[in-house]
Amino acid sequence: MTTRGTPAPTARRPAELREALADYLGMAIALAVLVLVFSLSTRHFFSAVTFKTIANQIPSALIVATGMTYILIIAEIDLSVGSVLGLCSAVTGVTLVQFHWPLWAALVSALVAGLACGAFNGLVSVQWRLPSFIVTLGMLEMARGGAHFVTQSQTQYIGSAIEPVAESGVFGLSLPFLLAVLIVAAAQVVLSRTVFGRYLVAIGTNEEAVRLAGIDPRKIKLAVFVLTGLLVAIAAVIDTSRFQSANPNAGTGFELQAIAAVVIGGTSLMGGRGSVISTFFGVLIIAVLNSGLAAVGAKDETKRLVTGAVIVAAVVVDHYRHRLGRARTS
Amino acid sequence: MAGVQGGASNDGMTPANPLLRATALRKSYASPVLIDVDFDVRSGEVHALVGENGAGKSTLARIIAGLTAPESGSMTLDGEPYAPASKIEGERRGVRLVMQELNLIGNLTVAESIFLGELPHRCGWIDYQELNRKARNMLARVGLEGVEPGQLVKTLGVGQQQLVEIAAGLSKHCAVFILDEPTAALTAPEIELLFAQVNALKAAGVGIVYISHRMEEIQRISDRITVLRDGQIVATRPATEVTLNEIVNLMVGRELAQAIQRTPKPAGPVALRVNGLRRGTAVQDVSFEARRGEILGFAGLMGSGRTETMRAIFGADRPDAGEVYLHGAERPARIHSPWEAVRQGIALLTEDRKQQGLILAMPVRANVTLMCLSRLSRWLGWIERAREKAEAGRWVQALSIRCASPEQRVVELSGGNQQKVVVAKWLYRDCDILIFDEPTRGIDVGAKFEIYHWLIQLADQGKAVIVVSSELMELLVLCDRIAVMSAGRLAAVFARGEWTQEKIMAAALSGHLTHAKVSA
Repeated sequence: MTTRGTPAPTARRPAELREALADYLGMAIALAVLVLVFSLSTRHFFSAVTFKTIANQIPSALIVATGMTYILIIAEIDLSVGSVLGLCSAVTGVTLVQFHWPLWAALVSALVAGLACGAFNGLVSVQWRLPSFIVTLGMLEMARGGAHFVTQSQTQYIGSAIEPVAESGVFGLSLPFLLAVLIVAAAQVVLSRTVFGRYLVAIGTNEEAVRLAGIDPRKIKLAVFVLTGLLVAIAAVIDTSRFQSANPNAGTGFELQAIAAVVIGGTSLMGGRGSVISTFFGVLIIAVLNSGLAAVGAKDETKRLVTGAVIVAAVVVDHYRHRLGRARTS
Repeated sequence: MAGVQGGASNDGMTPANPLLRATALRKSYASPVLIDVDFDVRSGEVHALVGENGAGKSTLARIIAGLTAPESGSMTLDGEPYAPASKIEGERRGVRLVMQELNLIGNLTVAESIFLGELPHRCGWIDYQELNRKARNMLARVGLEGVEPGQLVKTLGVGQQQLVEIAAGLSKHCAVFILDEPTAALTAPEIELLFAQVNALKAAGVGIVYISHRMEEIQRISDRITVLRDGQIVATRPATEVTLNEIVNLMVGRELAQAIQRTPKPAGPVALRVNGLRRGTAVQDVSFEARRGEILGFAGLMGSGRTETMRAIFGADRPDAGEVYLHGAERPARIHSPWEAVRQGIALLTEDRKQQGLILAMPVRANVTLMCLSRLSRWLGWIERAREKAEAGRWVQALSIRCASPEQRVVELSGGNQQKVVVAKWLYRDCDILIFDEPTRGIDVGAKFEIYHWLIQLADQGKAVIVVSSELMELLVLCDRIAVMSAGRLAAVFARGEWTQEKIMAAALSGHLTHAKVSA
């Protein structure tokens, strides 16, 4: 039964391809419209300074949102990313400032901290089949407590010891930015072209069917949580390097920003559907929105109002687009 | 009521005016469930509705009661047009349904459940004295004198809950009373009480529709019998004119035996030996063996523990006790999870393909190749798309799965084609022991026959094939041996030639009969 059979129907997937392109095109247009609107409304927006600021801001957001995309695709959630970022940052700061460790050792300890938090989230929620919402909510508190504990609630001023991370780069692009783009690209390829990526989508759509097909979903889910912990640690190092200090409150509210970016990108909270490229656009949209509103002189409360409204609007648009898509195919 | 010419059916009884008449009802979910069904109930008769699982009985009952709307067709009640939009509207017109699945709200008291919707009240305050007095009355009618009206429903046993449900049905004015499998959970004395109530209703001129699997009951209580098969009415006869055997033959159909020919070959070595398997009350001390090259059928009523047995063998549920020996091994196999089962060559095609067998939102291709991605990938799990497509295309062709392309999402396929995708997925994985749980449930006749041919072919290839089915005829035609389960136990195993439908039925009921005697 394993003989090579007739040649396969070689039809490309026009519908699927078109749908994916339409996805990205729609996001790109939305982004362009935002840039245009802000450029027209204020002279302060369309400038090299603004874009450099955005490029500096987004690497950590992109990296965390990439992990969050995987998490949402398998129909889980990770509320702890902001606190874990704080903890990893604190570990970096304390090992450098208090223990005078070399930079590489400090970075490794930060990565280990992120990995451990991710592994805890994964093991507890997978092993006892607990909702990840609750487990990561617990981790949100624990990691924040841990960050304050190791730093004695004192911001650790690191200075130039950590400068190499954020300042090095090639072709005028910073290392963090390049790293973030690399991670996004790799994550997208893994998602769409590898067995692991296929399993993620399958688990997010119907975990029981995957289990009964003789594939252990627990290992894969655990891997996603661990991976997210690792990505958060990388983001923490980048942020710590950018500010040259480790604040135990770093990353507060970051989890909601990450979820918002992923959802604006059209990844479903119900799992089984998502794309890292779309998340990339989601992060950009939020970043441009923030900078743009700042440039037009909007106050913090206005910024939050507008950002919140955009999130809801994006989800509503996504809902209708998918209903239309479904109506067309059936 | 006058003026409507009823009873024009082929029953030869004196024409009577039907109380309720349904004409050319049609309904389909994934596949057609009811096809041009004409059905009527007369005042003061018990009209039994029989057929196999999935024949459409419950759907017909739900349409009459107003829970589901038909796609086409019409109904009249008392000669007036009747098209209930909801169960409440049906009840207002006097049509009541006591459902197969319990419909009670566990945290209400017995009295509240009986009179729900018509609670006696003064300005919105429930009049508990009046309520309890009326409830005690109703409970006495169904023989539940021992039950307090103030007791919570969830504290009652299943049989008692069923009787409370029946009491609720009796409490209100009704013209047509539908009972869907009312005796499934009742003990013998409770059944007697129910029958007494049915006879009282009959005498009061109510038309009763009685759905049941239990032939003895049907012969005892009904005036007319209608047989449904695959959504169509096969026959409507007066109860006195048909024998039990004739009804069973009408239910299962005879075409199958002519279309499928299984020429048994000598079975090979034992591939699977199950010893003393237990899980809760659903699986109690089940032992059997399956050989290479044979098709072993599992017959039994719904809830007899067949599915649970198969899931325990496959590692989908952990068994409490018992061993599974594979391929003649001396030591029991360790199967604690589906992946351990699959690795050791066991396949389970679950009865619920939509929830458990398929990833509906994914394309046919991804479903077929899901379990064999490691074969289709190189380093780091990189999927070779061209090969994946080729394999998926090959399986689509081999099983003649009707789809626009392998890229079509499975959710858009018909039930039969969805089932073929499940079969393709497992055939591609190439296991030696294949367990098919209800492989033909809810799929059209054409797809059924294709599945039968695959089952036979697999056995001829030397695989051990186990088929769980509620369609007895299917098992009689396909299998080399039939194991019969009843109430969690393996009641009997028959070899081809030893079995008769009566013997299998008797074995399937055996567990329940002893149970009824104990509780009587």
